[in-house]
Amino acid sequence: MASLIGYYSLITGLLCSFLIIFFSLNNFNRSDILNKKIVYFTFLQFFLVVVSFFGLILSFVFSDFTNSTVFNHSHTTKPLFYKISGTWGNHEGSLLLWLLVLTLFIFLFLLESKRQPIKYRLLTLLFQQIIIVGFFVFIIKTSNPFSYIFPAPKEGLGLNPILQDPALAIHPPILYLGYVGSSIIFSSALAATTLNYVSKEWAKHVKQWVLVSWIFLTLGILLGSIWAYYELGWGGFWFWDPVENVSLMPWLALTTLLHCILVLEKRLILTSWAIILSIATFTLSMSGTFLVRSGILNSVHTFANDPERGLFILIFLFSLIFLSIFIFLFFHKNENKSKNSFFWFSKETAILINNWFMMYFLSVILIGTIYPIFLEVLSSEKISVGPPFYNKLILPFLIPFLLAMAIGPKLNWIKSDLKNKANLFLFLIISLLLSIFIIRNLSINFLVNTILVTSALYLFFLTLRDFLIMKIKNLSQNLSHFGFSLLILSILFNNIFSSEIITNLKIGESFQSKQFTINFKSVDQKNERNFKAIIGKFEIENNDGTVEVLKPELRIYNQPNIVTSEADIKTNLIRDIFITMNLVQNQEYFNIRYQIKPFMIWIWFSVLIISFGGLISIFKRKHEH
Amino acid sequence: MNIKILPTILILFFCLIFLIFYKGLKNSNIYTPQSYLEIDVPVFVLKSFKKEDEINSKDIFKHDQFYLLNIWASWCVPCRAEHEFLMMLNNNKKIKIIGLNYKDKFDNAKNFIEEMGNPYFINLIDKNGTAAIDWGAYGVPESFLIYQNKVIKKYLGPLNDKSYFEIEEIIK
Repeated sequence: MASLIGYYSLITGLLCSFLIIFFSLNNFNRSDILNKKIVYFTFLQFFLVVVSFFGLILSFVFSDFTNSTVFNHSHTTKPLFYKISGTWGNHEGSLLLWLLVLTLFIFLFLLESKRQPIKYRLLTLLFQQIIIVGFFVFIIKTSNPFSYIFPAPKEGLGLNPILQDPALAIHPPILYLGYVGSSIIFSSALAATTLNYVSKEWAKHVKQWVLVSWIFLTLGILLGSIWAYYELGWGGFWFWDPVENVSLMPWLALTTLLHCILVLEKRLILTSWAIILSIATFTLSMSGTFLVRSGILNSVHTFANDPERGLFILIFLFSLIFLSIFIFLFFHKNENKSKNSFFWFSKETAILINNWFMMYFLSVILIGTIYPIFLEVLSSEKISVGPPFYNKLILPFLIPFLLAMAIGPKLNWIKSDLKNKANLFLFLIISLLLSIFIIRNLSINFLVNTILVTSALYLFFLTLRDFLIMKIKNLSQNLSHFGFSLLILSILFNNIFSSEIITNLKIGESFQSKQFTINFKSVDQKNERNFKAIIGKFEIENNDGTVEVLKPELRIYNQPNIVTSEADIKTNLIRDIFITMNLVQNQEYFNIRYQIKPFMIWIWFSVLIISFGGLISIFKRKHEH
Repeated sequence: MNIKILPTILILFFCLIFLIFYKGLKNSNIYTPQSYLEIDVPVFVLKSFKKEDEINSKDIFKHDQFYLLNIWASWCVPCRAEHEFLMMLNNNKKIKIIGLNYKDKFDNAKNFIEEMGNPYFINLIDKNGTAAIDWGAYGVPESFLIYQNKVIKKYLGPLNDKSYFEIEEIIK
């Protein structure tokens, strides 16, 4: 029943699109007031998608196995929380969620853009409706979440156990708010270009949408990373997996866009940058969807390998790309050359330099992600691009990037001079000495690591100083840059000072190292509703006498029948200790991985600080209005 | 002229990408993990059964000789089953069998060999199981066919008729 209602409201939602497009075109040249019907229908469309989405959630909650999506991804023994999160833990449901966010955002856009020119609002709505119609057709035609199975199966197939995790339950909605939020930026940039409205007012208006998507995208990536760390049990938080990369690429484009918009708001320069980046952010989000959903890349995100779906997204994606290229080339007027001048030593130059660096990082990741696909198609050779590629190409360029990030905000707009900048130099010396002190015992890569840590510390100290002397021109910027320096520092220290031990132990055995002893005490069993667990008990005796007890688990899920290894992690402010155990086939031995990972919690915390900076910026703007 | 070149290049570029992705869709995308082929032999230093001093992996493997590294233990039941195949292989002069005795008591291992026969050219002792991890072993027994310092074939589980004939075929 719920499925049926869901399906029909989905169809009606699509019909709304055509009405909205019809009314908007009618309204476009005739009147200076927005036709009220447009707003009503936009709300109706949003409402219908909400109904449809709730229809799917209800089918999941009541385990209605006549619905094939529920049958394929749920099971009666699953806890309620994961029944609900299972709604978007699959291809069909997640697309419905995508559509939900699309319609929500365009409705919000109409509500909050009242002060903007009517043509611009209508055109943004039209471009957004193109995307919305595309997704409606995609869902209804190739990935209907409400297909019917007869006769109804007694039991479902269950949700992939590694997706049964709280962080992952909220990861898709948050990430989608970021991904799909960029669609508004895309539509609005295209509308502004067509109407030649790329101006300071436009920048001011679109900035809050950029900020909103940026915050959600940042948090979404963070949640995904936290999930990978706690659930996958490899002890890392970023693997340069293609799927992670496709979320990082829009983030880089969006961050660059954010900085361009800031410049554009102050001075009418970098307009082409802003438009191209707005287009790039959304197309990168779409390509991400294409890459992971078509099955071209394989990962936990590849729900179903259906070439028809891939083909649809591919054609849709490229229609949007060609549409934007067309609009950009034919409507965009280059900004006046005289205004376009940059003084070499100014804030906008620093921002421009770092934009180029971010574009470089973006290209590296883009190449690393799609080159293997290209190579396989052209020469049927399979390669995989791993962390060393990214580390080698990205790390050295982080140094000037961090330095420009530290100094840039200290400069003035338009023109700046070197007076009163002596203390900046002093901080650089302090950072250098401190990092030499920290890295002194490290034999490999001493030079690179020292310089990297120096530049990160430099940014850290400069932003910290601004907090302390309370002379902050721009709190949100300072906070986000501070968070970024903390992030880089934590990642560097985490990489440099991590240690790992892999050994095979059986119950009662111990492993001894210089700093600690691992005692394998016992093994317990536990029966949960949806899995059985084998729980190991390990005591870590440190040399200073402290003892910590860790209990990693092996879980044997019943539906589907999969064994997962749950790490046990003890966190404190300085380091995480991380232990996983795995079965060694046909034996009483367990394979034990014990890792000490310094500053893990600071990685999560610093990303929170970064996004918090964005949040402050939004509220500050609300306050100013 | 300038204005027309840029759009053409852009559009051609994106058309190319479209075509490549389109072809990529048709390709089989079932991920097959790279098998453990053509991987260099791990470097190790281990004690052997005969002598107390440690043996370096460099001293064992000659370039133009086939080797079979067999991970075994006296407590491992399938190892007993595969032992006859190792004995048969040992008759072939083209291949030398190296044992890696995995997490075993020395006396038990010795008894095992005395009882079942010794096919091993050298028997290495891996008391705590770390050397086996370097080889990427999943369990016992497991065998690695080595030629020119590369692992050319990996056998999980006990050897049987099929794998025995395959090895004989390869070393011909």
